[in-house]
Formats: sequence, structure tokens, C-alpha cells
Amino acid sequence: MTTSTSPAAATVDPEAYLQVRDLRVQFPTEDGLVRAVDGVTFSVRRGQTLGIVGESGSGKSVTSMSILGLHNPDRTKISGEISVGGKNIVGMKEEQIRRLRGKDMAMIFQDPLSALHPYYKVGVQIAEAYKVHHPSASKKAATTRAVEMLDRVGIPQPQRRANQYPHEFSGGMRQRAMIAMALVNDPALLIADEPTTALDVTVQAQILELLEDLQREFQSAIIMITHDLGVVSQVADDVLVMYGGRPVETGSVEQIMKRPQHPYTWGLLASVPSLHGDANVDLVPIKGNPPSLINLPTGCAFNPRCRYAGQNGNRSFSEVPELRSAGEAGHQVACHMSFETRQRLYAEDIAHAGVAQ
Amino acid sequence: MLRFLIKRLLLASTTLVAISIVTFLLFFAVPTSPAWVMCGRNCSPERIAQVEQSLGLDQPITTQYTDFVKGVFAGRTFDDAGTIRECDAPCLGYSFRSQEPVTDSLARTLPVTLSIVIGAMVVFLTVGIGLGMLAALRKGSVFDRVAIGASVGFASTQTYTLGGVLLLVLVYSTGILPNPSYTPITENPLAWASGLLLPWITLGLINSALYARLSRAQMIETLTEDFVRTARAKGLPARTVNRRHALRAAITPLVTIAGVDLGSYLGGVVITESVFSLNGIGRAAADAVADLNLPLVMATVLVAAFFIVTMNIIVDMLYAVIDPRVRLG
Repeated sequence: MTTSTSPAAATVDPEAYLQVRDLRVQFPTEDGLVRAVDGVTFSVRRGQTLGIVGESGSGKSVTSMSILGLHNPDRTKISGEISVGGKNIVGMKEEQIRRLRGKDMAMIFQDPLSALHPYYKVGVQIAEAYKVHHPSASKKAATTRAVEMLDRVGIPQPQRRANQYPHEFSGGMRQRAMIAMALVNDPALLIADEPTTALDVTVQAQILELLEDLQREFQSAIIMITHDLGVVSQVADDVLVMYGGRPVETGSVEQIMKRPQHPYTWGLLASVPSLHGDANVDLVPIKGNPPSLINLPTGCAFNPRCRYAGQNGNRSFSEVPELRSAGEAGHQVACHMSFETRQRLYAEDIAHAGVAQ
Repeated sequence: MLRFLIKRLLLASTTLVAISIVTFLLFFAVPTSPAWVMCGRNCSPERIAQVEQSLGLDQPITTQYTDFVKGVFAGRTFDDAGTIRECDAPCLGYSFRSQEPVTDSLARTLPVTLSIVIGAMVVFLTVGIGLGMLAALRKGSVFDRVAIGASVGFASTQTYTLGGVLLLVLVYSTGILPNPSYTPITENPLAWASGLLLPWITLGLINSALYARLSRAQMIETLTEDFVRTARAKGLPARTVNRRHALRAAITPLVTIAGVDLGSYLGGVVITESVFSLNGIGRAAADAVADLNLPLVMATVLVAAFFIVTMNIIVDMLYAVIDPRVRLG
């Protein structure tokens, strides 16, 4: 078992299209400093998908918003490095980031009904996204391009659909339109923030397939933000599990799903019912609520909710665990328990519950 | 659309009929008679009866009402102690006080009110919504605080206070502006504007305060909407995001409020007209009530109701034009 001395350096792939190093995002508020993201490091290659998993308030959406540079610089303190195609977004001027937004990196949001403008036709909204980065394109060319994209994402009768308003679309079609809008400029990086949460289960699978399909075609790097481990297991190559603004476990999708090491990851896995396993097995919910990002618990932020806190004397309550190698290459975990203890606990308590089975 | 319009027009006419009946009944519920008001304190009962008869007040209420309605649609003939007066449709009768046909008095007073309200509306829609939007975009800044602080001040000011102060400062003390007066725009547009500048400013500023606060709140809410975030994520410049995406959505509810306000103001802005001694329909209505001048009361009430009802229909139709999600039916 190797212990890396510099956990941040260990996980960044210098070849990757997106490289995030030690990202910290803080919002000063009247109640105190909100540490929304507190030292996150990851990278995504083109053609690869990274799943970022965590509950609400774990910092996953804030992370994605910082990659697009969407936080108000007057009200946000950002440090670290976000390198998109070799350009560092952190500290970049708004006008420069704006030119990258929607062109090099694009985003799909959770609720396509509220994310599309209710007063403009779908085709117009997509054409607008194209035109802003292709100022020389004619209005007609932009519209043609919009119809093309609608067709590409599998919307029947794209010509007619482009002339309709978002409320005339079904949920799944709306999310397809949203994807068409995000991909209209062939971005190398696509961030999907809970893209299937607001959709019917049957439509979810279609949307995920579409994303995979488009990824193969455009070789884009995708970040899939979700709390749904089913989605992660279906589309992700790598997974980053976040808790309280910090990474708690990271590794390949197989490592995280099959050999999870962090009690929080266990909790996520054991609390989701499995379609394939024994339907009568009890689910094990994670007790309690996500912590306040203004006042994180001392020591391991997960300690108030962890069934195994205090296994190593007082360390859970006094010392913040660092990401360390969890045994296999690329698999890292931030937990004070020893590898052997974790193996034993996992086999005894978790392996039979929820999707963990 | 057509079905909607027919339905709404039917409803509107029913409303107007109901209002006219209620006004008629209320008028006769007052324990006094127009004849006493007109004839004065030392009038003999015979004289009062004579006056009442000449005004048609000796007839039963139902007859009076049907005569009134007949006059509106077909015209009617008045027989005032041998003097025959033909009153063509739409006949709203003759003023008890001045014997002027009520339609003439409406034609005289309505343009005054219309001029005051339209000008003031231009002021409060531009100043109010403009300031509110700018304040929302610079939320928390010095500009925002000053603008919103000032709007609280203006919103809690009354027309007679602000109007009086402005009259004193701009007209009586310094003579910067002429005494407010009404000149028809067709006669002399410059005199029309300069004569109404003060009421425009007064009514405009007080309403601006309200509209600034409304539009600021509306804009701040809209700026947090997902579709605004989407617009930014597309890489649109801030200006485009604010104008094309946020403003467009934020302004929709303001259209409703402005439309309904316009409707109610066109029925008369009594205090503004009184403060600046302009003979608008609001003052005419107030005087008519004080004088128990039934034909004029009926006319002004119906005109006010007509504007409110009409503006409501227009606002609803406008809404369907602005917001594609709204279907009229």
C-alpha cells in the first residue's frame, strides 16, 4: 500500500482537457464564510466522463459553476487552478471567460423547463447560442444549425419543433433541446448538472444514452453531477465523491461501485435500492443531515453521521483526514480507518444492502 | 381569441349595467333631493316639487332608469315646463346644475384627464421602471440604496403635499413654470405640455416610486431564474442577458399593473386635478356628487367603470401576446 505525500498532484492527469487543482470556493456572508468547495482536485480527458457524487450542499454544483466562471467575482473568493484546454479560468477576466462559455465548455441543467426561456422559441434560443460565438454567421445559418442540432439529439420533425416554445415540449424532449443548445458550438467540455433528475425513469435512460452517443461522436469530456449512483455506474469512467465541500473518495467507477472505501460512499450505495439484487433487503439510510458549510464539524466532516467514527481514538474528531491511496492505483480515500478495518466493516455491514449488493 | 373577446365583452357590458343600476339606487338612497340643493335653503315646498318635476325626479325610480337607458341608446325628449329639448343618442341627460348636455361636459373634461394621465404615465413608466431595473442590476450598491430610499420617501408622499410644494417652488416663488392650465394639444402642443408639466411630474414621481420598487423586486427575482443562468452559460454578454432574457420576463407582470392603473386613472385623478385646478373628469365627478347632480354622477361613474373594464380586457389580451404560455379561452 503506497501513501502519496501530495494527494493533489497524484490525481491530476497532465494530458487532461480539464484540470482542477486544489479548488477552493468561498462565499463571505453575513453569517460567516461559506466554504462551499474546500480543496478539490480532479481532471477529465476528452472522451471520458467524471461523475461527481454527493448530497445537496456537498459542493458539486458550486464546483461546476466555477468551471464555467459563473460565480459573481464580487461575492466569491476562488483559489486554486481550473485549467480548461490549457487556459486557467481562475482570475481570468469576465470577458475572456465569456468567450469560452458555451464554446469550449457548456452546461446542461437539472430542470429544462425552468432553464429554457419561456418566451422564446426553442430554435431561436439554440440559434442565439450559436450566433454569439459565430458572429459572422447569418441569422439563417444559425437557424439551420439549430434545426440540425435538434435533429442530431433525436427530436422528430426538428423544423417544426424549432418553431415551438419550451412549454410545448415534453420533459425528455426539452432536455434534448437543452443538450442541443449546449452542444451547438461543439464544446470540448460538457458539464451535466443532474440532467436526468427531473425526468421520468424511462426517459432518463434515453437521455444518458444520447449523452454517451454524442460523447463518442464529439470526443467531449463530460462531468456528470448527480446524487444518483445508478446514473454514475451507467455513464462514468471515474467518480469523485464529495462531502461538505471536500473530496472523500475518488477512483474509477469500478473501484467506487465495487470496492468503495469511505463510509459515506457506503452510505450512498446502501441507501439506494438495487434493481437486480434482493428486493427484500433493508436499505441503510445515512442518518442526519449534510453539515453547515459555514461551520463544518472539526476533524472528519462526516464524523457526526459516521457509524464508525472514533475507531482510531480521537482522530475522527480532531484531525481532517487527507486523501490517501486506498490500495489500488487511482483509488483514493479520505478516512482515518485502516485499510483492513474498512475491508472488514464493508464485508460485515454494507455489502448486502442496496445497490452495494 | 375571438371567443375570448366576445365572452369578455359580454361580461364587461353586464358589469357596466350592474354598476349603472347600483349607482342609480345609491343616488336615491341619499336622504336629500337635488331640488333642495339647487333651489336653496328658503325654498317653498311648491317650488321644490316644481323643480323635482322639471328634473323628472317625481317619476318612479324604475321609470327614471328606463328613461335613462333609452336615452343612451335611442335618445330622448325632455319636456321642461313647455320647453322641448331633443337629446340625441347617446343621451346622458342634462346637468342639473348648468343645464349643459352631459355628453358635452364629458367631451370637455375627458381630454384634460387623458392628457394628465398619459403624460404622467410616460414619466412613471420610464423613470420608475428604469430606476428599478438599474437598482436591481446594481443591487446593494450606493445607487440602489439612494434610489430605493428616495422611492420610499416619494411613495409615502401625497399628491397634495408634493404638488403644493412644487407649485410653491416652481411657480409662485421662482416662476420657472407657468401656472398649470390646459390647452388642447391640437391648438398648441407646446402650451399643452408646459401647462401640464407640473401635474405630470407630481403624479409621475409618486407613481415612479411604486413602480421602481415593483420592478426592482421583479427584476431581482428574475435574475435568479434558471433561464438567466442558462443565458449566461451560453456565453451571452451581460447586456444581452439583462435585456433580452431578464428584462423581458421581469416586465410582464408590470404590464398588468400599468394597464389596470391606466384604466383607473382615466376615470379621473381627482386630487391631482384639484391641486392644479384643472377641470378634468375626476373633479367633475367629485362636484357632481357634492351637487347631487344625477346625470353627471351616472356619466362619470360609467366612464370610469368603462375604462377599468376595457383596460382589463386589453391587459389580458396583451398578456397572451407577451407570454406564449398564456392561451385565451
